[in-house]
Amino acid sequence: MLGFALRRILVAVGVALTVSVASFMLLHLSGDLATAIAGPEATGEQIAAVRAQHGLDQPLVVQFAAWAWRALHFDFGRSFYFPEQVTDLVAARMPVTLTLGVIALAVALLVAIPLGVLAAFYRDTWLDRAALAISVLGQAMPSFWFGLTLILIFSVNLRWLPVSGNATWKHFILPAVALGYYAMPAVMRLTRNGMLEVLSSDYVRTARAKGLPPRKILIRHGLRNAVIPVIALAAVQFGFMLGGSIVIEAVFSLQGLGQLAWESIARNDFPVVQAIVLVLAMIYIGLTLAADLLNALLDPRLRS
Amino acid sequence: MPTRIEAGRICKAGALLAGLLLAGVAGPALAGKANDTLVYASDSEPENLSPYHNNLREGVILARNVWDTLLYRDPATGQHQPMLATAWTWVDPVTLDLTLRDGVTFHNGDPLTPEDVAFTFNYVLTPEAKIVTKGNVDWMKSTEVTGPNTVRIHLKAPFPAALEYLSGPTPILPAAYFKKVGLDGFSKAPVGTGPYRIVSVESGRSVKMVRNEKYWPGSPVGKARIGKLEFRIIPDADSRMAELMTGGVDWIWRVPTDQADQLKRDPTLTVVSAETMRVGYLQFDVQGRAQDNSPLKDVRVRQAIAHAIDRKAMVDNLARGGARVMNALCFVEQFGCTDEGVPTYAYDPAKARALLKEAGYPNGFEIDLSAYRERDYAEAVIGYLRAVGIRAKLNYLRYAAFRDALRAGKTSIGYQTWGSFSINDVSAFTGIYFRGGEEDLARDPTVIAALQAGDTSTDPATRKAKYKEALTRIAAQAYALPMFSYPSNYAFSADLTFTAQTDEVPRFYAASWKK
Repeated sequence: MLGFALRRILVAVGVALTVSVASFMLLHLSGDLATAIAGPEATGEQIAAVRAQHGLDQPLVVQFAAWAWRALHFDFGRSFYFPEQVTDLVAARMPVTLTLGVIALAVALLVAIPLGVLAAFYRDTWLDRAALAISVLGQAMPSFWFGLTLILIFSVNLRWLPVSGNATWKHFILPAVALGYYAMPAVMRLTRNGMLEVLSSDYVRTARAKGLPPRKILIRHGLRNAVIPVIALAAVQFGFMLGGSIVIEAVFSLQGLGQLAWESIARNDFPVVQAIVLVLAMIYIGLTLAADLLNALLDPRLRS
Repeated sequence: MPTRIEAGRICKAGALLAGLLLAGVAGPALAGKANDTLVYASDSEPENLSPYHNNLREGVILARNVWDTLLYRDPATGQHQPMLATAWTWVDPVTLDLTLRDGVTFHNGDPLTPEDVAFTFNYVLTPEAKIVTKGNVDWMKSTEVTGPNTVRIHLKAPFPAALEYLSGPTPILPAAYFKKVGLDGFSKAPVGTGPYRIVSVESGRSVKMVRNEKYWPGSPVGKARIGKLEFRIIPDADSRMAELMTGGVDWIWRVPTDQADQLKRDPTLTVVSAETMRVGYLQFDVQGRAQDNSPLKDVRVRQAIAHAIDRKAMVDNLARGGARVMNALCFVEQFGCTDEGVPTYAYDPAKARALLKEAGYPNGFEIDLSAYRERDYAEAVIGYLRAVGIRAKLNYLRYAAFRDALRAGKTSIGYQTWGSFSINDVSAFTGIYFRGGEEDLARDPTVIAALQAGDTSTDPATRKAKYKEALTRIAAQAYALPMFSYPSNYAFSADLTFTAQTDEVPRFYAASWKK
């Protein structure tokens, strides 16, 4: 187990390093940085001053080393657009995105796992087909459209929930549902397939033969085993949701990382884009690593 | 036992969520008459709240509600009135003396002094200040304190529009406070002398303001009528509309015309369509830099394009709401802007075809057209061009890329728009694009000379004559085709009294709740 964990961590570090190089290069793919920082009306003299000030006259390797060193200390430099440190900007927006992601994941799991279990148990009945239809719908519907539909129903018509912003917890309900619905289908199908597999296994047949009530069979014997791959998927889905919340954050005007990333791209605010890419990648890598390790712990066969 | 733990958590989370959903049924509205809070929403946030360090309209709105300027232009009459300055005299065409008002204090309690004025203008002229609206101040050379309540502004050259600039984009900053906290500190906690005081800045979310209770009496803008003002950033247009309909915000603008028509049916809302100073126009690659042997080098081709487009129909069907066709390259109400005697181009596709044939393009040609906003307007233009044989391909770009391409001469036809920074003087429009600057695609010495003469003369009659000369030549040579003024649709709570102005500066301090 230890050897597996070490190998896995080593790979994660390698990926993180690659991502950081890529996100650093992002900055230098977009033309002369000093000109971008100095602005369209800057003179040649001002641009030269900016270049010296930000160390942009150094060789790329030196620049990368300096940047990586600072990044290790959570210093991503200053935003080109806002008069703020990138770290402060990202730190201010992070809680919104994380909150949204956690609630959305909870919503997704809350719906998907029971639905998957039921669909497997009542295989080929109307319930199974309905669950499938819901999941197909979830995948087919563009999330901005679903989000706007939710706003129309629950905010404009029923007036139950606020439309946009992140002032209170109420503001998170609709976006979390919209985002969660996006992650739900995959989890639902995985649960259903896992359950089907488990339900046709020998020990479940034995349990049935012993006369255990169906609920006990489902929860104690079925779900416990079927849920293992779901853990890995949930981790991956959470990573996706953090990155994929751009659209949802725009629709619901949640000032999270997704929104910041989108706007920073539009404004050529590269230090911010860079930091967000890196931070999201790190979270994603961390989650995948954690899920792998957890799965290996649960299922010894995965360690080889 | 991961499953059991998982299941337990899921149940708890489920109960919590259900609780939350039920509790969410009753929520207090934060905006509106009952709370004396006017919440307005727009799509973008200024990069910096310091009024000289952003060039977004949202920043202009904050500037006008939080800061005062030396002079005030009455939006109804166009006259300049005293504001922070009680009197002004031209010593000579490059020296302006101003007397400051006594008893004005900044929001932090500091009294307004001549040092504040001198500091503000001298600071923004330094390269270190890195202001983004240079064009608004670079006519000044320096400002000096001449007495306990007087300042003198030295100009680089005669600049007759100076008073107009002093009554708009040149707010006065508090010198002592600014020096103490620096630009970063200032943008996080800005201080002005205006009718509203900023109390909180949440980057990316909102700016909250309260009425300046100690606002100096006798100001032409008067004390704010509404107690609290809040600016919210809501990027998505549909969400803004939904917020307005549910009372989350009280005021939105730039509502697309079809949505405005929908909102008009809601009895709790008022929809106003008003003309703005923004004018759309086509700018042509007159020198033929974008492609070899560009047809646009031929004046007949440019005139053909002018005749091919039914601008009136575009106003009636697309722009609507107070828009007007413009014939001279400026907003017709600006000082010095006139379309009298300026050649006009009526919609006449037959004539357009004849002109193209005459220029040697009986079968038309292919060309590129770049645009950065109102894609539907650009597409309508392309449709009209196709009808006379000109096959235009649309490059739809972000503004920065659009401007770069235009400056670098990589665009054949640019669908431009310009709002003149709300400055009611033609120098803020035509000169930017035809006085030999980077965005001048014609570089016509006659036009350049006329505009220069107009921009620097102190005699209103001479200015008018010179601008007319330039505008006439631009139109005759069809260097650009002015399209029409842009309307803006405002939608707001029916409880609110709000008047829209052509300079696109919502004056929230003048808004009030209906009794």
